[in-house]
Amino acid sequence: MSGHLLEVNDLKKHFPVRGGMVGGKGGAIRAVDGVSFSVDRGETLSIVGESGCGKSTVGRAILRLMDVTSGQVVLDGTRIDDMSAGSMRPWRRRIQVVFQDPFSSLNPRMKVRDILAEPLRNFGLARGSKATEVRVGELLDTVRLPRDAASRFPHEFSGGQRQRIGIARALAPEPDLIICDEAVSALDVSVKAQVVNLLQDLQRDLGLALLFISHDLAIVEHMTHRVAVMYLGQIVEIATRTKIFGQPKHPYTFALLSAVPVPQPGASRTRVVLSGDVPSPINPPSGCRFHTRCPFVFDRCKVEEPHLRAISPGQEAACHLHDLPAEQNPLA
Amino acid sequence: MSAAFADRSLIPDHVVAAPDLPDIFPTVRRRGGIVGLIRRHPTTAIGLALLAIMLICAVFAPYLATVDPTALSPARRTRVPSAQYWFGTDMLGRDVYSRVIYGTRVSLIVGFSVAFLASVAGLAIGLVSGFVRVLDGVVMRIMDGLMSIPPILLAVALMALTRGSVGNVVTAITIAEIPRVARLVRGVVLSLREQPYVDGAVASGTTVPMIIWRHILPNTLAPLSVQATYICASAMITEAILSFIGAGTPPNIPSWGNIMADGRALWQVKPYIVFFPGVFLSLTVLAVNLVGDGLRDALDPRMAKRL
Repeated sequence: MSGHLLEVNDLKKHFPVRGGMVGGKGGAIRAVDGVSFSVDRGETLSIVGESGCGKSTVGRAILRLMDVTSGQVVLDGTRIDDMSAGSMRPWRRRIQVVFQDPFSSLNPRMKVRDILAEPLRNFGLARGSKATEVRVGELLDTVRLPRDAASRFPHEFSGGQRQRIGIARALAPEPDLIICDEAVSALDVSVKAQVVNLLQDLQRDLGLALLFISHDLAIVEHMTHRVAVMYLGQIVEIATRTKIFGQPKHPYTFALLSAVPVPQPGASRTRVVLSGDVPSPINPPSGCRFHTRCPFVFDRCKVEEPHLRAISPGQEAACHLHDLPAEQNPLA
Repeated sequence: MSAAFADRSLIPDHVVAAPDLPDIFPTVRRRGGIVGLIRRHPTTAIGLALLAIMLICAVFAPYLATVDPTALSPARRTRVPSAQYWFGTDMLGRDVYSRVIYGTRVSLIVGFSVAFLASVAGLAIGLVSGFVRVLDGVVMRIMDGLMSIPPILLAVALMALTRGSVGNVVTAITIAEIPRVARLVRGVVLSLREQPYVDGAVASGTTVPMIIWRHILPNTLAPLSVQATYICASAMITEAILSFIGAGTPPNIPSWGNIMADGRALWQVKPYIVFFPGVFLSLTVLAVNLVGDGLRDALDPRMAKRL
């Protein structure tokens, strides 16, 4: 077996669409349509893309919060996508999640102590109330919250503090991988920085792998090792951070990066503005899914679907441009 | 390409490093006890006081009533309120005050029993419907069918099948009220199931029964309690209506509905026979609704802190 902590192979998740009143056989929303990637121990992989590209669905499928349509999710050499709910439970300990909304991700009726004790009790990680109390205290220390937070309700905290409680809950079962589903998107900038720094410190101290789902490229550039760029349910480019931010090899990545504001007055930049909207995932375009909006589109893109392939070491992109001679390739 | 987070080595540490928050929990002294309750929730206090008075009336009816509520006294018919007959007498010479006091029993028994039974049954049906998708369609169509009949008509129809007794009145009104509770609970369950904290609990290995017990049920209780008080109030009114039209509590048991029915023919000349049970009914229903609002606030931790 390979040494990857998490491996996702050709993952597909289609949501059936019921057509009309009679519920006739409609099409399907291809939210995730053939996604493959891997995450190593202690590594941060970011999945970026605009709203509706399927990045959150990937996270939910890995967490088994929904069943996948096809494909495999392999955790430490074991397939977990086809396990029954019962045999899945011990594996759940190893993948935890932090959600976007710090207000709806904590049960308003449970005290912080009970929120943090729940995974401990589920996985038998603390025997007795005394051991639980000790562990809850440690978890609060880890996320830098005062210990008397344990006897408070979630609504008594600010957004950033609540997000730390969410992180503490994710840390409670000592997972190998934490999926951060837009975990800092709802926070304002200063709090965002605190939470990102906390996540980085935890990763360093605990050797956690992070799957960081985000649309915020600035944050991603700050903290990730590798980046996967998704468009309409597929990964169009996956590469290390320096490659993605230095030499993007897919036109979509290029356009995304050009939209990041530069925090410097008078800075000049080339802005690639895409025309049109994201096509419907019910009926994606033929050939390359991006061809309807690509500034460099040529004939082949409309008929043949490009596949991810190595462009340079540590960088894969799905684009026909790289088959062209270098002088005709704007992204070479 | 730009870096929104500029090279950190160029920036002094204290600028970038997140300061530990100076927080956070101001200690707010809150006055407890009855005085605190009256200060913070005056309407709830009024509701509780009224309800307490009604409870005392119901429990101690034999001591509070001046005479036997069913005793006939043909020589003293339709007396106006006086020192001897506080609320007057009806056309059979029965003491209206004693009858109204005893009538409290029927109203409270019916109101509380229906609220409790309909909540429990509706909660069970709603939970099943919200969690077992296969049954959802069938169960909800049955509930829709029941709901399409106005509750009073349904209760009248059910009462027509049996003889009048307090137990049958409770059963009939409960059946008529269950669909509303079931629908409410199902809706709450469906929306709670989509909450990220439920997903979080699933991810932390919580089993389905524990998710229902720990995450779904406690968050269902606040809306359910409000609904239960509404049902309690409406059951009291329905009982009075049933008794008023002679389809509810049998005539030998005084209830506000049948006292009003007795006074109906005389209301233009002797309005007090209808007036006093009517006032009691209105006050009790008002009290129940006020307590319901207070309960809703108390059960919502966010509201509780603000008030």
